[in-house]
Amino acid sequence: MQTFSTSSSAVADRSLSAFAFLFSEVVQYNQTQVDNIADLERRLEDAGYAVGARVLELLCHREKGNRRETQLLGILSFIHSTVWKVLFGKVADSLEKGTEHEDEYMISEKELLVNRFISVPKDMGAFNCGAFVAGIVRGVLDNAGFPAVVTAHFVPIEGQQRPRTTILIKFAEEVLRRESRLG
Amino acid sequence: MPPLTTPKSGDALFASVERVQNAELFTLTYGAIVRQLLTDLEEVEEVNKQLDQMGYNIGTRLVDEFLAKSNVSNCADFKETADTIAKLGFKMFLGVTATVTNWDAEGTTCSFVLEDNPLVDFVELPDTCQGLQYCNVLSGVIRGALEMVSMKTEVTWVRDMLRGDDAYEMRVKLTKQVPEEYPYKDDD
Repeated sequence: MQTFSTSSSAVADRSLSAFAFLFSEVVQYNQTQVDNIADLERRLEDAGYAVGARVLELLCHREKGNRRETQLLGILSFIHSTVWKVLFGKVADSLEKGTEHEDEYMISEKELLVNRFISVPKDMGAFNCGAFVAGIVRGVLDNAGFPAVVTAHFVPIEGQQRPRTTILIKFAEEVLRRESRLG
Repeated sequence: MPPLTTPKSGDALFASVERVQNAELFTLTYGAIVRQLLTDLEEVEEVNKQLDQMGYNIGTRLVDEFLAKSNVSNCADFKETADTIAKLGFKMFLGVTATVTNWDAEGTTCSFVLEDNPLVDFVELPDTCQGLQYCNVLSGVIRGALEMVSMKTEVTWVRDMLRGDDAYEMRVKLTKQVPEEYPYKDDD
């Protein structure tokens, strides 16, 4: 349903509160449609997936002159800097490689924009609205040819009141095989 | 009584509001919502109603933020209210101004015309969704916001660029002005 025209006036800022209101409605609506937390996270992720797919197309066209990323690190740093900058106005706080598994990478953010005005009641446990952002990342990766499982987690940090949010990216087998072949 | 401060201009308000992120996230998120609703509800009419309801919920809370940040004085009549919404309200939250036109004889119905609508960047309506009022959330927001300040209204869309018109026009009709009721009686 959404297509792209050559929109030159695309880069105008909208108010943060408008987005926060809209996002809260998304979460509230989805809460009425599901019975448990896992489904709620999945629905938020699906919503984010669609956004990610379009963001990739838009940015490839606008920022990179239609060149596709073929390397793992290339696509990760694209997400970490370009995508984050366009969506949230700043680059992500950090990009790390997982120590336990070869196929895991983590993008961390001290305070995700979408979580800024959200408070999670105790009975919802570990629910994280960052699932929406995880969906965006998954949409970008999937449509760029790097299938992965992406999830959002809270990581408590000493000295900080609110936990840090980490987006965990676990790449599929074929991506790693291809990476080692490309060398 | 000290004089109320004059409202800041729309631009100054917009500049003072925190704008951290790009318009595209907002637009794309809205598109994702509409897509989800279409998948869940399938009936275009149902989707329109749901969008309106969501807008209503947003409007009831949005009006608080608007009044807090914009420092406007009480509007004397509906005409002033409409002007305030078009110039300050739209500008503060969406970054665009609307024009108010087409006042009827009694001054209770008017049209907001939007030339530029951030919700519909990149959007085309497919043939299967021709009855869809894509921007219905906006009419819900206005209805919700005005109801919180004691004005009951009906909002309908007259022109829609996604359907081929040249602008977005919504017609706002004031049906009832409900006087404010206090929940307790002052007995002194």
